[in-house]
Amino acid sequence: MKRLGNQTIMFDTPPTILEAASIVGPKEGQGPLAKYFDQCLEDEFWGEKTWEKAESKIIKETVNSVITKAGIAADSIDYCFAGDLLNQCISSSFGLRELNIPFFGVFGACSTFVESLCLGSVFVEAKAATNVLCATSSHFCSAEKQFRFPLELGNQRPPTSQWTVTGSGATIVSANRYRSFYYYNYPWQNCRHGN
Amino acid sequence: MKPIETKQEYSDYVDKKSPNSPILKNCFNAFWVGGLICSIGQIIMDFCKYRGMDETASSTTVSIILIAISAILTGLNVFNKLGKFAGAGSLIPITGFANSIVSPAIEYKSEGYVMGVGGKMFTVAGPVLVFGISSSVIIGLIALLFSH
Repeated sequence: MKRLGNQTIMFDTPPTILEAASIVGPKEGQGPLAKYFDQCLEDEFWGEKTWEKAESKIIKETVNSVITKAGIAADSIDYCFAGDLLNQCISSSFGLRELNIPFFGVFGACSTFVESLCLGSVFVEAKAATNVLCATSSHFCSAEKQFRFPLELGNQRPPTSQWTVTGSGATIVSANRYRSFYYYNYPWQNCRHGN
Repeated sequence: MKPIETKQEYSDYVDKKSPNSPILKNCFNAFWVGGLICSIGQIIMDFCKYRGMDETASSTTVSIILIAISAILTGLNVFNKLGKFAGAGSLIPITGFANSIVSPAIEYKSEGYVMGVGGKMFTVAGPVLVFGISSSVIIGLIALLFSH
């Protein structure tokens, strides 16, 4: 591992994304990317009583799904980097606590997922971990409640206002280079580099 | 395209690229919905006077009825759709004020009745109440000093 510039690190043995999973809400399920998600929910509450509990359930189920898809045991994951938009990262910390994986809470708003991927891959590259779980979640309703106005408030949104995603994404970053996510999904990239 | 260097250039670029709010349509909708709400208020007022109430009692009755309607519509998830359509038309009359108190009460109910509903009910309307009441006290004092 070598530091090239102010914010560039070059890995000697690049960690690979072993597997990825995602669960999204109803609005995302209607969008053009719907076919790429593992699950699109019909109900924003997903059977829970509050938005926060629903978000927690979304990240928990996404992480369970990525572990199942990767075909590895949950206890072979050494660390977990995850975060969300709520105070004290409650949805990720409550969603992931039953897994008993050491948890690093990351807060970077929109950049949380990339931040956790960066930190996780440095951990893997430094041989502090073999498998690292990187995840993030957000929920439109809990984010509106936390940062903006109640949903029932009758205010107008400008056409350029942004809409916080309801959903969660999780990946497993692994030092195991023989079974790569990209190897299966984008084989031509491996051909081009002669691997 | 020439590179964007200053903050001003960037904000000009964003203004140029982003779609504007449909101001004319919004104004028109705000005008007729606001007018309709006020007309309903006037009808209630005239009805109260016709039934023999005096000026003060009638205007109090109008406020109570409009607030009640707005609170019920907020609870039925109708008022936010009306507000999205009419903007200031439904926000400026007393209906908007009722909505701004009822909506946090619904939203924060999940945090409990004391700290949630009680503590956060005035998160939207709080500043209006604080500065509205404070300034009316100050104006009242000034009026008291100079009116005699």
